[in-house]
Amino acid sequence: MIVALTVAAAATAAYADAGRVPTPKIVIEKGGKCVEDVAVMRRNHMEFLKHQRDDTMRRGIRSTKHSLQQCIDCHASRKTGSVVGSNENFCQSCHAYAAVKLDCFECHSTKPKAAAAAGTAVAKGNP
Amino acid sequence: MSDVNRGRRQFIGWGAAALGGLTLAPGVMLFAPAQARAPEEAASSRVRWGLLIDTTQCDGCTACIEACRRENHVAAPSRKTDPQWIRKVELKDLRSGKTHSAPVMCQHCEHPPCVDVCPTGASFKRADGIVLVDRHICIGCRYCMMACPYKARSFVHEALTDQNPDVPRGKGCVESCTLCVHRVDRGRNPACVEACAAAGRNAIVFGDLNDPNSEIAKRVATYASTQIRADLGLNPGVRYQGI
Repeated sequence: MIVALTVAAAATAAYADAGRVPTPKIVIEKGGKCVEDVAVMRRNHMEFLKHQRDDTMRRGIRSTKHSLQQCIDCHASRKTGSVVGSNENFCQSCHAYAAVKLDCFECHSTKPKAAAAAGTAVAKGNP
Repeated sequence: MSDVNRGRRQFIGWGAAALGGLTLAPGVMLFAPAQARAPEEAASSRVRWGLLIDTTQCDGCTACIEACRRENHVAAPSRKTDPQWIRKVELKDLRSGKTHSAPVMCQHCEHPPCVDVCPTGASFKRADGIVLVDRHICIGCRYCMMACPYKARSFVHEALTDQNPDVPRGKGCVESCTLCVHRVDRGRNPACVEACAAAGRNAIVFGDLNDPNSEIAKRVATYASTQIRADLGLNPGVRYQGI
């Protein structure tokens, strides 16, 4: 019981405690205007990304408005340089809160283009 | 695709080309030759990207392979199951003892067998002739690896980190040379071509096979070049000179 309570306390610590219901603490990093309204982005970003991904992959359209790279360039954490990795990082903060699995980054880089320029994809090794 | 079917498609294609490319005056066409596209413009089937590899200029150097690894963040293979996008193949004429070395990568066929066998539609050919794997759809069945007569594809067995943002790749999918599609779309040459030129060999030429003014088309028209396993009728976009 005590263990369960401690775990619960640790889990809620990552969220802002305004009001009775905990909400995710989202660090936007680069402020200003997003490519769509915030409400639209919150509800529909996955559709935008999916549409853009098919256009880029299949037809070679490389406009940046709804590209994942563009999201990462603005929203990667200044501390860790990434959009995932901790519950305070942009993508993971909401996805951890809503318990929605985030598959993008098994293949896509989590870092802005400039930061990821150097290096070789490293095999993590089988678990 | 059967030969009959292919002939029919080609005939329809010629009709479309004749309609689309109406000549207004000598040298003035309704469409312009291939140039760097705008980012929001889709790849066009008027373009056929290809490589011409001059094996007489190619020796034991591995600049292309290393550049490919750096560009696409592919680690050097330590086991034979590790991904490999380009490999050097040594050819030896048994009578004369003359050896050749040639880089072999995805040959970007016009009629790619990997696309024919793919059960999900992940393996596909882009309008401009570049054969790619859509990793969002790939289920990792590896039929394409068996179908490819050039052994060009490999499977990623292990989880990866630190990918190039332009080249997403990961565990459970098949992959192969993309002709550096992310560079080509921005009007740049593939990494291997750049590295080969930087190494002073200029053995690889990249360009539009459909554009009669491009260097690659001129060289293909002037010198004898061959496609590997041309007997299969796949019409690869990668051609070799001197083998």
